[in-house]
Amino acid sequence: MAANAENIKVLICQGTGGLASGAAAVAKAFEDEFARQGVEAKVGKRCEVVGTGCRGLCANDVLVDIVLPGQEAVTYDFVTPELVPQIVEEHVLANEPIAKKKAGPYYAKFLEKQQRIIFSRCGTVNAESLDDFLAHNGFTGIKKAVTMTQAEVIDEVKRSGLRGRGGGGFPTGVKWSFCAASPGKTKYLICNADEGDPGAFMDRSILEGDPYGLIEGMMIGAYAIGCTFGYVYVRAEYPLAIKRLQMAIDTCYEKGFLGKNCMGLGFDFDLRIKAGAGAFVCGEETALMASIEGHRGMSRPRPPFPAVRGLWGYPTNINNVETFANVSYIFYNGADWYSSIGTEGTKGTKIFALTGKVKHTGLVEVPAGTTMKEVIYDVCGGILNNRKFKAVQAGGPSGGCLPEAALNAEVDYDSLIKAGAMMGSGGLVVMDETTCMVDIARFFLNFTRVESCGKCIPCRIGLKIMLEILERITKGEGREGDLETLEDMAYDIKKSSLCGLGQTAPNPVLSTLRYFRHEYEAHIKEKRCPSNSCKDLLKFEVVEGACKKCGLCFKICPVDAVTWEKGGVAIIDKEKCTKCTSCYDACRFMAIE
Amino acid sequence: MSNAAENVQEQEIDLAGANQVIDKYLDMKGALMPVLQGIQEFYGYVPEPTVPLVAERLNVYPSQIYGVLTFYAQFHLKPRGKYIVRVCMGTACHVKGAGRIAGTLEERLGITHAETTEDLKFTAEYVACIGACGMAPVIMVNDATYGSMSVQKMDEVIAKYKAME
Repeated sequence: MAANAENIKVLICQGTGGLASGAAAVAKAFEDEFARQGVEAKVGKRCEVVGTGCRGLCANDVLVDIVLPGQEAVTYDFVTPELVPQIVEEHVLANEPIAKKKAGPYYAKFLEKQQRIIFSRCGTVNAESLDDFLAHNGFTGIKKAVTMTQAEVIDEVKRSGLRGRGGGGFPTGVKWSFCAASPGKTKYLICNADEGDPGAFMDRSILEGDPYGLIEGMMIGAYAIGCTFGYVYVRAEYPLAIKRLQMAIDTCYEKGFLGKNCMGLGFDFDLRIKAGAGAFVCGEETALMASIEGHRGMSRPRPPFPAVRGLWGYPTNINNVETFANVSYIFYNGADWYSSIGTEGTKGTKIFALTGKVKHTGLVEVPAGTTMKEVIYDVCGGILNNRKFKAVQAGGPSGGCLPEAALNAEVDYDSLIKAGAMMGSGGLVVMDETTCMVDIARFFLNFTRVESCGKCIPCRIGLKIMLEILERITKGEGREGDLETLEDMAYDIKKSSLCGLGQTAPNPVLSTLRYFRHEYEAHIKEKRCPSNSCKDLLKFEVVEGACKKCGLCFKICPVDAVTWEKGGVAIIDKEKCTKCTSCYDACRFMAIE
Repeated sequence: MSNAAENVQEQEIDLAGANQVIDKYLDMKGALMPVLQGIQEFYGYVPEPTVPLVAERLNVYPSQIYGVLTFYAQFHLKPRGKYIVRVCMGTACHVKGAGRIAGTLEERLGITHAETTEDLKFTAEYVACIGACGMAPVIMVNDATYGSMSVQKMDEVIAKYKAME
């Protein structure tokens, strides 16, 4: 590492977000420019272009950190290949950072309230390099764990207070102890990386940015439970994550960190990736196991729990990616350190995927107990286009929508459930005044209906009927009594479904009915969509009083249906208009109805 | 919907590729899914004649194989286009206008979810979430991800792939 520190480093986010914004082209531009200028000869130092994991602020990609030896990293945002020669010339060669192109004060603010523990390696080290991992505490956790007995390892996890990050929030140590106590020699460890929640992508970032960290967490788990075989079930929609993880596993096998007598620690552990095939229900543990066995991903009743009878009938322990990532850090720093972070009921940090109508979308890692308001306004810069906040959807399709009044809720398992949502996998989708809550409920129900495995009737048929009612309402064909029917059915489906998917599927309907009932009523009684979002109820007219004559709608219209002249009110030609809602979304003044 | 798919299906399928895939996983527990995934990777879809072959060699019922093939969103029983356009319909994309992006695709290519153009060039797919929510709305064309889509940007991307071989 010492020799490494002398290098000039260019850290470029090479997660999916970064690559989609053109990180590969930027990386190539740096390499070309270094070669063209002969920079290494000029400064006498090696220049290294490092592909890191996601740094969290996906909205401002491509993010590039320039680290000159002995100096603090300087971050540039929205970097394009065209900008690269200037950065190399002024910053790398002349040591004068380009003030204009540096990430603004918002970047410091974005990081200020965060506590990046799980993400401490994401964005700073080369995700594909085992050496970088080893230089940053890598595998010191498992080395410490094997000096303890299995019971002590489980006890350490229990004392840390870690709860499962997959959504349910069951204490991890307790879960491990069940499986450890099950008789028999053959046991399985599974990492659930089937992150199907629309709006959540923290697992993906961990897999892409710190694959070795996950492997280490699984090794600790395997040692504690006494099993020698593990699977990582990754959804096939994540090709880059699968590629990076497979590469990390291969490297570990090559160097003897996995397999027989791992690292000479005296225990065996084999790890294999199992690619999913596109079914949301496979995130549910019994369905996931069926899928690994080569069946349709259908859930089954519990008990017997997986800890007793799981994969191929053997005791099995399943944890989520983020949970395993947490485990490594508990063993780096100790359970006492870990339990000093967070709240009474939720220890440690939680990663949230903030998306939707916020300024700085991306991944944030905050200590549990931070309020929702702090996350949305302080870390993520508030609402896009300075519109009004309406709701935040927490916990994916199984969670709920919280209104402004609930923004002071702390982000921990218990306060979120009290507020009518849940932590879930940690997706927070922020909605502003242009989002219709009835439509959102319809959207989630459509998702869960499509993804239902169809095994039990409440879920298969119940959700379909609820969806039909919601569809009618968004079309302006709602009837008296619809809301009561929806509520009745929601409670029945929650009570009688077989697995977590069905038991939580009605939550978005219930939470929107609880906080936004007036919107439903406006649709049914007045045939009006208060957020001007339901297409069938939109008129597409410019409200003269509200129009600020800015011409944004004119510029964005793909079919030239808007006429506008500088200083005048825009007019929408209804003949030409295809009702694509481009203009409506572009308008900052809610001047289109 | 295209008729191209049916025309191609009448063609003879060389089973050597499928046999190779099966050889690779034959001794593995729970081999069915990886085998089917491998076959799909080889042919671009799962051709009907491979089903009895897999059934015989892995010793599973054809009904189980069809059960798996029709359950998971990612298996395809018909040939698909050279460029698979995946439009993300996740929550973040939804609130940022994924519907409009899908509409543009339908308008420009004349195909909707799970359909393939006649020339076998494009297949459209609406997927739940591709995990790039920070840049919603997002589409993928094969393995390339395109973020912060708008109607104009969509036009550009489609034009780019239309111009390609």
